Amino acid sequence: MRTGRSPARSALIHLILILASFAMLYPILWMVSGSVRPQDELFGTASLWPSSVDLSAYVRGWTGLQVSFGQFFWNSLVISVLATIGNVVGCSLAAFAFARLKFGGRNFWFALMLGTLMLPYHVVLIPQYILFLELGWVNTPLPLIVPKYLATDAFFIFLMVQFFRGIPRELDEAAVMDGCSPWRIYWKIMLPLSLPVLATAAIFSFIWTWDDFFGPLIYLNDINTYTVQLGLRSFVDSSGASDWSALFAMSNLSLVPIFIFFIFFQRLLIEGIATTGMKR
Amino acid sequence: MTMQSVATDLGGANAPAGAVPGAARRAWARNGPAYLFLLPWLIGFFGLTLGPALASLYLSFTNYDLIRSPDWVGAANYVRIATADPKFAAAMKVTFLYVVLSVPLKLAFALLVAMAFNRGLKGLPVYRAIFYLPSLLGASVAIAVLWRQLFASDGLVNMVLWQLFGIEGPSWISNPNYSLYTLVILSVWQFGSPMIIFLAGLRQIPTDMYEAAEIDGASKARQFWKITLPLLTPVIFFNAVIQTIDAFKAFTPAFIISEGTGGPINSTLFYTLYLYQEAFGFFRMGYASALAWILVVIIAAFTAFSFLSAKYWVHYDD
Repeated sequence: MRTGRSPARSALIHLILILASFAMLYPILWMVSGSVRPQDELFGTASLWPSSVDLSAYVRGWTGLQVSFGQFFWNSLVISVLATIGNVVGCSLAAFAFARLKFGGRNFWFALMLGTLMLPYHVVLIPQYILFLELGWVNTPLPLIVPKYLATDAFFIFLMVQFFRGIPRELDEAAVMDGCSPWRIYWKIMLPLSLPVLATAAIFSFIWTWDDFFGPLIYLNDINTYTVQLGLRSFVDSSGASDWSALFAMSNLSLVPIFIFFIFFQRLLIEGIATTGMKR
Repeated sequence: MTMQSVATDLGGANAPAGAVPGAARRAWARNGPAYLFLLPWLIGFFGLTLGPALASLYLSFTNYDLIRSPDWVGAANYVRIATADPKFAAAMKVTFLYVVLSVPLKLAFALLVAMAFNRGLKGLPVYRAIFYLPSLLGASVAIAVLWRQLFASDGLVNMVLWQLFGIEGPSWISNPNYSLYTLVILSVWQFGSPMIIFLAGLRQIPTDMYEAAEIDGASKARQFWKITLPLLTPVIFFNAVIQTIDAFKAFTPAFIISEGTGGPINSTLFYTLYLYQEAFGFFRMGYASALAWILVVIIAAFTAFSFLSAKYWVHYDD
């Protein structure tokens, strides 16, 4: 890299960065320690170290509403997994057509697809709600899942088109010579060679669906269908500020899946952002 | 539709040789397979994007409560929004203030930290991951819940203020003078993802430019203003556009922190929160549709303005 710098200066930079890292993570660490310390200790100390470890907040939180958080976690998991599969399947099909097949009207449709990237979700929200209401899908997870199979998250199409275009064309040209159908090329050549982008799309898709609050808030009104995010929100409203440690306990649990992805797929996440400029 | 435009036509290659000649058949052989791949997207585009967008444009000229059929009122919704809706005015003020405060601060932090990182720093991946984590977690309800506690009257922030300085802080989230700033801080805390994009951008700047500047005796500050900043303008532009559009659409933190009210005294009434209240609190679907279209126009105008202004300050090398 660039010209070396004095050890004192580099130590200073590390010191500043370590302090800054600690400050950045402090609120999260404090929430974790808050969930395991005796309740009366939560207020009155800014220290991270609990005087004793008490896991009862997790029990109180888990059963704090009339439906247990186990149900909410299950609902969230089902929605997130099915929506993620939908995004990968729906978007990769469309991306393959845009990146590799020649057909009349391709540029026209591609431009329209890019146009939908800019369109705020709010403008389709109300008619979509009316549509799903007519279909009897409100209070079911379907409005949060089915649209993904129809490739409505254009961002992922764009991401995949960029990647597919980088795969050498000779591969599919050779396959065409051998009489491969487009379907086989998609399935046997494109998808296996595109695992990095498919994984990136899947991970972000899962995290965004898991985190989503607006969609479930609108479509899920029956507490049995709640996702974790809606469960947390009800918990805030019902227990208010009375049982913060139980609230923290459930908040921590709701972050665990995201944290697991962060630990295991950090490189994919960071590269995904660096190369495509995703917003979070 | 162009039929014989291309040599490597995967769809066409599949057509049986010597099939019945006919324009329709040839068109199908050339285009059919591609359209099959595109079919899910096409259904989604017409059924869930274009159709609903047009429907909401129509609804914005009606009164509609989901029970009685839509009642055409012409431009009345828009007129009321523009002239006689104090909550709309409040929502616009809150949203613009939020955008204007949070986006520049967030980008400044992102750039500052990225610059500190960019010089062959040991342990970079660890620091980078730590600084990125809030971006990844920040949009969840859990973090909004945490923020509510941090800035409550007996929250962590006041506890620290009391222990360190003996200051008794106010309840930040229930004081209309401060509540919006807690949300700004929450947004700035999530500077990790623009930081990663800045890091990628900084790597693109050739080091020999700095070496040449060093030889010419240019100071670090001068190198920053004359080399780093100009060469980074495309990345700054990109981050600014993405973050601004995102900030206009912010919803969850304001909803959780204000318990869905946008209070106290509308001080956290984000535009999308107001839209949500109108649509799903009062079932004024026509009015909410008009609000949605105004949001589209605001975002489109902002984007157009950004791209037009880019010519004057964004440096593209060719």
